Amino acid sequence: MALYSQPPMSYTQEPTTAPVEHRFNPYSDNGGSILAIAGKDFSVIAGDTRQSEGYSIQTRYARKVWQLNDKAVLATNGFAADGTNFVKRVKQRLEWYEHAHHKPMGLKSIARMIQTMLYGKRFFPYYVYNILGGIEEDGTGAVYSFDPVGSYEREACRGAGAAQSLIQPFLDNQIYFKNQQPEAGSEKFVPGNLPLSTVLSLVVDSFTSATERHIEVGDGLEIYVVMQKGRSADDLLDEKKLAPGLKVEELGALGEGEGERTFLVRQSLKRD
Amino acid sequence: MNSVLTQIQPSNPHSRLEGEDEFEQYTDSASWGSMAGFGNLNRTGGVMGMDVPRVSNPSAFLDMHTDNMSANPDAKIKIAHGTTTLAFRFKGGIIVAVDSRATAGSYIASGTVKKVIEINKFLLGTMAGGAADCQYWETYLGMQCRLYELRNKERISVAAASKILSNIVYQYKGMGLSMGTMVCGWDKTGPCIFYVDDDGQRLKGDLFSVGSGSTFAYGVLDQGYKWDLTDEEAQELGRRSIVAAGHRDAYSGNTCNLFHVKQEGWDFIGNYDINELWYEYENKKKADRESATAAPAAAASPIAVDQ
Repeated sequence: MALYSQPPMSYTQEPTTAPVEHRFNPYSDNGGSILAIAGKDFSVIAGDTRQSEGYSIQTRYARKVWQLNDKAVLATNGFAADGTNFVKRVKQRLEWYEHAHHKPMGLKSIARMIQTMLYGKRFFPYYVYNILGGIEEDGTGAVYSFDPVGSYEREACRGAGAAQSLIQPFLDNQIYFKNQQPEAGSEKFVPGNLPLSTVLSLVVDSFTSATERHIEVGDGLEIYVVMQKGRSADDLLDEKKLAPGLKVEELGALGEGEGERTFLVRQSLKRD
Repeated sequence: MNSVLTQIQPSNPHSRLEGEDEFEQYTDSASWGSMAGFGNLNRTGGVMGMDVPRVSNPSAFLDMHTDNMSANPDAKIKIAHGTTTLAFRFKGGIIVAVDSRATAGSYIASGTVKKVIEINKFLLGTMAGGAADCQYWETYLGMQCRLYELRNKERISVAAASKILSNIVYQYKGMGLSMGTMVCGWDKTGPCIFYVDDDGQRLKGDLFSVGSGSTFAYGVLDQGYKWDLTDEEAQELGRRSIVAAGHRDAYSGNTCNLFHVKQEGWDFIGNYDINELWYEYENKKKADRESATAAPAAAASPIAVDQ
């Protein structure tokens, strides 16, 4: 019977000589944006909570900003899976450090550690843009920004992610006073001296504007504020001084509690 | 005892493909304690295994997903790139001048990059190409130079330091590192510059410029360069060359960082806004032109008066 007979050789597949390797694409872009601003005695690290892939929203609440210890907060942006995994490994290394040295790792050491961890995957990079914010050992607010393979720099402010090109020029203008001239006879602009209330409203304005003009930004806003030890938090905790819609919550000390305080400020963003 | 070289060499990076545990660096039972080493260095100071994707051609994987070497500008992962750098030797030491712009595609990712890496008090490295590659390996070079000092009770020569770096990048040749750097310093032989790049090239010379703006910088540098420059003239030449590159090369700009390497170590001279400097130079040019045309006119005026 023809049905049972061997099909002609031309129908069968050529015998495979080597294993077939498919294109290996382990990356995806999950949108969203992050931003951090350093003040004299505080640091603000913020991110939206939307996570999307292409035109679909995967979730309206996915965390992008993480409290590492009492004086450091890390924001991640890019590929969410790489981001969460990277944060997990950073936290593990911080825990090991505490076991070995009986003190939390300082901010600049965390920054250097993040460089070496990112560079360790130089040939298989984490698709993550990191911004580290917090309080330096001398009590000043600091922001460190990284590229995906670990080059880093300390800055006064940095925006990253989908809406970086919308947010950063605004920050350059408002934080570094770029393209601004002081009025004749008035004092020169000195970057890095803005009060917390001004910085908070700059952050909120950055994200509401980015939400208006970028489809991957929106849903919710989480702002972490880290304060130098001994600094009064009245400007943040006084409901009357705060813009309407902002909710403040103090996050308790993670370690021994050396005096630095971390607050989480939330606000909703447009969901369309 | 092992030579410095064998200690700094990573175990052959290619061999990691053959089923080694990629989490090895985290599973060492003592890896959180005093035996931990630092960063991703083990306790002998060697680089612990770099994670490599398990595909037949890791560097093709890297090319596909990163915009390294600008071969693939649409790639998701944009690695910050460095741009115009120069260094030259003269009577008074070495001038090192760089711009401060980092670009990711056509976006200016930063205008405040430190492209001069302070390896130690006597050695400077410059950054062109991948920012992370330069920053990481030149910091690592700093550690190796310190170890050399402790072992040999004398400072390392610029030649030896630059050779450590070139040996490292040669190990990774073809894997996609991107760096063009000048190792500058003062040792027993005097001021000394070595150019080291990602394909393992290492050249000694008096004058180098590296990066996309290097051609513009060379134009100014070559016409003004001579060995007998005074310190002020040399610093001005370095600054002027970077301004020229910042003006004509879109991938260079923002500010100029200027360093002067002397016998007692390097000095940071200053940070200058390239845009402001350019207008300064233009105004000076205009003023010079006006005084040049005004002077003959004034001289000729006794004749011109009687019209």
